[in-house]
Amino acid sequence: MSHTPSAPDIAAGRCTSEEISERFSDLHPPLTNHEALVAADRCYFCFDAPCTVACPTSIDIPLFIRQISAGTAEAAARTIFDQNILGGMCARVCPTETLCEEVCVRETAEGKPVIIGQLQRFATDKLMASGAHPYERAPETGKTVAIVGAGPAGLACAHRLAMHGHSITVYDARPKGGGLNEYGIAAYKAPGDFAQQELAWLMSIGGIVIETGARLGDDLSLDLLHSDHDAVFLGVGLAGVNALALDGTHGGVSDAVDWIETMRQSPDKTDIAVGRNVVVIGGGMTAVDAAIQSKMLGAETVTIAYRRDKDAMSASEYEQELATSKGVHILYNATPESIANGEITFSRTGTDERITLPADQIMRAIGQKLESASPDMAIEGGKIKVDDNGRTSVEGIWAGGDCASGGEDLTVTAVAEGRDAAEDIHANLMKGA
Amino acid sequence: MADLTSDFVGIKSPNPFWLASAPPTDKEYNVRRAFEAGWGGVVWKTLGEAGPPIVNVNGPRYGAIYGADRRLLGLNNIELITDRSLEINIEEITRVKKDYPDHAVVVSLMVPCEEGPWKDILRRLEDTGADGVELNFGCPHGMAERGMGSAVGQVPEYIQMVTEWVKMHSDYPCIVKLTPNITDVRFPARAAQAGGADAVSLINTINSIVSVNLDTLVPEPTIDGHGAHGGYCGPAVKPIALNMVAEIARDVETANLPISGIGGITTWRDAVEFMALGAGNVQVCTAAMTYGFKVVQEMISGLSQYMDEKGIASTAEIVGKAVPKAKNWQDLNLNFVTKAEIDQDLCIKCGRCYASCEDTSHQAIAMSEDRVFTVKDEKCVACNLCVNVCPVEGCISMRELAIGEVDERTGKKVEGYANWTTHPNNPGATCG
Repeated sequence: MSHTPSAPDIAAGRCTSEEISERFSDLHPPLTNHEALVAADRCYFCFDAPCTVACPTSIDIPLFIRQISAGTAEAAARTIFDQNILGGMCARVCPTETLCEEVCVRETAEGKPVIIGQLQRFATDKLMASGAHPYERAPETGKTVAIVGAGPAGLACAHRLAMHGHSITVYDARPKGGGLNEYGIAAYKAPGDFAQQELAWLMSIGGIVIETGARLGDDLSLDLLHSDHDAVFLGVGLAGVNALALDGTHGGVSDAVDWIETMRQSPDKTDIAVGRNVVVIGGGMTAVDAAIQSKMLGAETVTIAYRRDKDAMSASEYEQELATSKGVHILYNATPESIANGEITFSRTGTDERITLPADQIMRAIGQKLESASPDMAIEGGKIKVDDNGRTSVEGIWAGGDCASGGEDLTVTAVAEGRDAAEDIHANLMKGA
Repeated sequence: MADLTSDFVGIKSPNPFWLASAPPTDKEYNVRRAFEAGWGGVVWKTLGEAGPPIVNVNGPRYGAIYGADRRLLGLNNIELITDRSLEINIEEITRVKKDYPDHAVVVSLMVPCEEGPWKDILRRLEDTGADGVELNFGCPHGMAERGMGSAVGQVPEYIQMVTEWVKMHSDYPCIVKLTPNITDVRFPARAAQAGGADAVSLINTINSIVSVNLDTLVPEPTIDGHGAHGGYCGPAVKPIALNMVAEIARDVETANLPISGIGGITTWRDAVEFMALGAGNVQVCTAAMTYGFKVVQEMISGLSQYMDEKGIASTAEIVGKAVPKAKNWQDLNLNFVTKAEIDQDLCIKCGRCYASCEDTSHQAIAMSEDRVFTVKDEKCVACNLCVNVCPVEGCISMRELAIGEVDERTGKKVEGYANWTTHPNNPGATCG
């Protein structure tokens, strides 16, 4: 087989904007009123419900579903937001199949759980559509808290602290707030600029200011924040990308998170370049998101190559099936070895067998890492070490979300950590008050 | 296919499924379609006396109660008797009966409580070929305020009096339709029998307000800002109707009085239950009004399959089979002891049994850290609530303790039959 050295076939405009807009519309269209009532009726209102236990934010799921059944979706939304102020986004992006819906007793009994995620969306959409914000701030305390990172952890923390009457400034390196909700998750999970709508709705409680374009270390000093505020919360996420050393050269290798970020910010996505043959290396949600969206943008073949087997893959079985249903091929037990123009070669993990795939575009999705932290701060497993209340080793600084130790790297986990840290910060600030 | 033919007080029909007197039987068009669909008989919607017809409201006349997926469980109506002229109804009855000689056509009647109007309307029916009459002493709204319907059905003396007139002025089999809006249904049934009725039919609808609109705070169905009570029917009323049928079947005075069972019959199963408690045939309305006439096909096939499976040769064999088993509370065996048992393989760990028993009953179910639910025999009084709230059929059952076995709750051995009438705690016990 001979190769003609040429630029890899990576191009924009493989699909019309109509095709793209159809493919990137809602993965699950919103439930109608009647669909919601029928779905809600399937809930058994379990005692000490397993779904609630499985929810990282401990939403009282049987209660909110009963509130939907009784015709009060707004009250249901309030039950959700009490625990999870980003309940709207979580309803869209949570891997419910590995959380609440996995342990639903109807999943155990019939293999068909109550569609908790979609019901949560029904309730939260209804309340948010009214434009009203259901919470009021406590009287001003005069305390100020700096939050670094306007992602799910930072926003959940900010909202809870604002509710308690503190004044919050949220700093974020990117031009818009929202974090991975805005720049990371798959576009078809939250279409219609939902991340920004949710952000505006959350902010409408008052007492929160967002400063964008402020990156820790560049123009933002943690020491200064620490001394200027009564408390600091770090929700900086994992901005670094794990390196992958491969023999050879290839003109079309990039990081999946960067590609997704660019794609998410493109209004109609016709300008997003995608390879004719795309190979995504990795086994997590980012790999699945990059692969599916490459396919949606018109790539002819898309392969997720993962070095271990199906069960070890961190993307859930549901996500894997979603990928294959969209035409993505998943190659298990494939360890990348070398690249050359237009192709990539894998070894069958642990063997001498070699597999070579045509690859115009290669995306790395093998995980992110903590990019910057204060040198004084204890690190554990590559993340900022925190205790159960989100306290770091530095007094007065809390952390949560992907950058902090403990918990899975999920939006919902970040919300729980931000919220709980806020409660601890509040208790700490009000001590002796 | 079992023989489903029915003979109810001499009225023959291809099966025991009749349409009750109600909107489905209001006119020739409907009744022809009903017979074509398979219904064995109809009770033609109630005729009033000659003259200007009754008028109905011109706004909504029904309201409903729903279960899951908007399944209609209860229906309420404020419709009156037929609002078409007596002459047209009589013409249509005559034509239909001529074309369907093997199907039952019974005519429901309601005229003022005087002998003249009853004599007159019976005379007018003479040439219709109708198989019998049903006296509407049941409607609880509209007509009752004019001294008819349930206003008659609530006074046993009136029931007897009108029934006597009807038997005096006609040879028709006479079915007296009873209202459930009374305290003891045995009294109107006895009165009907005393008047010479060939049968009773029950229940008519139950007085009801089906709902209140929470935006306008007006009862529904709403007519120009107001609502009136109506008559309740449908699956929700079945247990009430079953009991009333059984009360009459069990009463020594009316034990041989034929009964046409009515009240929430929706599938063949409901029909067999009514028949087992003493109904010679059944009448259906709400199921047809909800799903159309075709539902009778399921009733026919279901009853047929049941009779074949049980080796029952005729529908008459079913009638009254459960009556000797329907007792008063004091006759029940107080030494019959059962304990709930949870099938761990079927349990889906929802915890509803635990919540209901722990919060509202006898704290007789234990819950382990890993959500295994077990019965505490020393606490279980066998109330059955856990069985009723469990979403999995057959998961929780009641195990009967054998005589001689120790009931862990009382610490006593189970003994043989003994009821309240002989219980030591009963001050009126007859013996000891």
